[in-house]
Amino acid sequence: MAAPTMDRPATDDAGVPAVQTLTIAKALNNGLRASMEANPKVIVMGEDVGKLGGVFRITDGLQKDFGEQRVLDTPLAESGIIGTAVGLAIRGYRPVCEIQFDGFIFPGFDQIVSQVAKLHFRTQGRLKVPMVIRVPFGGGIGAVEHHSESPESYFAHTAGLKVVSCSNPADAYWMIQQAIDCDDPVLFFEPKRRYYEKGQVDTTASPGPLFASRTLRTGRDVTLVTYGPMVRTSLDAAAAAEEEGRSLEVIDLRSLSPLDLAPVYESVRRTGRLVVVTEAPSESSISSEIAAKVQQECFYSLQAPVLRVTGFDTPYPPSKLEEEFLPDLDRVLHAVDRSLAW
Amino acid sequence: MSSPEEWTHPGPDAAPATAATPTAEQVIAGLRATDEGGADLVQLLTPEGERVQHPDFDIDITGEELRGLYRDMVLVRRVDREANALQRKGELGIWVPLLGQEAAQIGAGRAMRPEDMAFPSYREHGIAWTRGIKPTDLLGIFRGTDMGTWDPVEHRFHPYTIVIGNQVLNAAGYAMGQKFDGKVGDADGEATICFFGDGATSQGDVHEGFVWAAVYDAPLVFFCQNNQWAISEPTERQSRLPLYQRARGYGFPGIRVDGNDVLATLAVTRWALEECRQGNGPILIEAFTYRMDAHTTSDDPSRYRLSDELELWKLKDPIERVKVHLVKQQWADQEFFESVEAEAEQIAIELREYCVTLPDPPAGRIFSEVYAEGNPVLEAQRDEFLAYHAGFAGGEH
Ligand SMILES: Cc1ncc(C[n+]2csc(CCOP(=O)(O)OP(=O)(O)O)c2C)c(N)n1
Repeated sequence: MAAPTMDRPATDDAGVPAVQTLTIAKALNNGLRASMEANPKVIVMGEDVGKLGGVFRITDGLQKDFGEQRVLDTPLAESGIIGTAVGLAIRGYRPVCEIQFDGFIFPGFDQIVSQVAKLHFRTQGRLKVPMVIRVPFGGGIGAVEHHSESPESYFAHTAGLKVVSCSNPADAYWMIQQAIDCDDPVLFFEPKRRYYEKGQVDTTASPGPLFASRTLRTGRDVTLVTYGPMVRTSLDAAAAAEEEGRSLEVIDLRSLSPLDLAPVYESVRRTGRLVVVTEAPSESSISSEIAAKVQQECFYSLQAPVLRVTGFDTPYPPSKLEEEFLPDLDRVLHAVDRSLAW
Repeated sequence: MSSPEEWTHPGPDAAPATAATPTAEQVIAGLRATDEGGADLVQLLTPEGERVQHPDFDIDITGEELRGLYRDMVLVRRVDREANALQRKGELGIWVPLLGQEAAQIGAGRAMRPEDMAFPSYREHGIAWTRGIKPTDLLGIFRGTDMGTWDPVEHRFHPYTIVIGNQVLNAAGYAMGQKFDGKVGDADGEATICFFGDGATSQGDVHEGFVWAAVYDAPLVFFCQNNQWAISEPTERQSRLPLYQRARGYGFPGIRVDGNDVLATLAVTRWALEECRQGNGPILIEAFTYRMDAHTTSDDPSRYRLSDELELWKLKDPIERVKVHLVKQQWADQEFFESVEAEAEQIAIELREYCVTLPDPPAGRIFSEVYAEGNPVLEAQRDEFLAYHAGFAGGEH
């Protein structure tokens, strides 16, 4: 994030310093709090989100301050969480559902794709379903199975849903509020292994649009496109490449559906090379979609085929093998080498 | 309500259930069940048209009110038969018949107040009627021109839900919202009612709906129309226990009502909705009824059920028993019955005319209202599609 400019106030209305150093987890918590304060119809619901504050403590303290009717410790059933949120949303509420871990969203999949995604279309706009489904996703935390998956492509594939992923505290703070304000249902993917990474959050800044990608680092030689937990990996790779005299551009997609690929096309037309970096398996995925669209739009600019660095097309492995599964700095740099060698 | 000790267990002689088609024993078991309905069945009007008393659910009904219920049932049956015929003529892709379930639906529907909210499955044409939805508005779904054209907010009648059981959770959430909004607990309280079949009770969403409604004390009436069959599978393939008894396991009352008795259904549903408005919900009602036609126009019930069963249920016809009672009470004369018939004919004519002239939607409908706030990727796809279409003579078609 850019440093605050001189004409911004140093504190916000409540006297809180405008620029704070926060973890992603705390930024999400502050963002949720800000939304709940601004709109009494915003409610948080999920397993253990109340007293415990969620297994990652993202909702810490919210029930204490907003009460049990606005922060609901629900029964343990994902279809129930999402299906009842649909009814609440129709009634005028703005539910924010927490799915405890990525691998547990599937019992709720039916409600998401059958009802959440389609009610607006089916009723030609008479019913809106303004709800957010928060999913801590991805691996790298040494967890048991079903706790490290990247299921975002299932949802990006479904019309009627919007899918976003934050990668840093400032985005976490703003994007969660923007997702809650959105009249469409939003799947909000949080990079769980980055929850405790810190960064500056300017609570008086005006955030850019939610459904837009952002260029985090400019470069000449190769474009890296990524999102969520792989943003940090890609930025680290770009820093390492610079030491070898290579200039990489890094774009954080932020929005996975709709995809904002205009900045990617613009970048690829300059660099002629694209490497897509995700943790998710590659087959029929967001990375496939990007590769397809870029070859369609930038065919004459490409100096090399679009390459992908992704998780494998396997179930997420036991945690002792996750270092092998997850793309790391070396795999990203290897792909950059291959691209440049073309 | 029966105590758990009374719950029967299949004895050692019971025929082993197989995963394939129901055995003869199972079909007969179904017949027996349909014959009786059990000792707990709430009934106020016998199939012979006799008024009977019930200690908990009696109802005062005037001749005028009963004539109104009769009219409702005759009209929705006529709509149903006409739509069925329209499907046979190729004017509808499919139809989901309501035949036999008129009393269950009119009774439940007329028990609602305007401010109550209803979440239907896909067979609730009678409920739609009571919510002021024009029968013609039901056609788009089955002709494939739209996905339901009524306004769910204005009519307080949710869109039809095809995925079995989904609407039960949506209703639970809605009812929670009514409670959070402080609409429960006094005279102008609100309640929600959701409709589903006996087959649906096997779905996880229905179980979860029971759990949610119970733990949040949601003002929700679960209205199960047990029409004895889920396509070809008898209720015995869904449950060992009479369905209304399941409510006990969730901690709320379950009641079995004669779903072919419009008075009993009205009385029980009125009571249940009032309980919910007062904050004493949720409640499960099992309306014990029978689907007298095929599951849908694509179904062939002769492959899985005995014609005896249908003959037996014809004797319990929901409309005939009201007619007999109206006559016996001298609450209606021939002229009344003829005028209702004439009205039904008129509605059928309107339905037919409307159906055959229902225009196909413009091609742009594919892209319309997918998102509330738009989506640039989709909009680009739409523009390309429309430009492609415009290249043909006559433009968009
Ligand atoms: C989740 C799901 N599975 C299967 C179907 C296909 N299907 C449509 S109706 C039906 C039977 C439903 O029976 P029941 O719940 O008893 O309702 P009824 O149609 O008898 O009113 C089935 C299997 C469906 N619509 N949804």
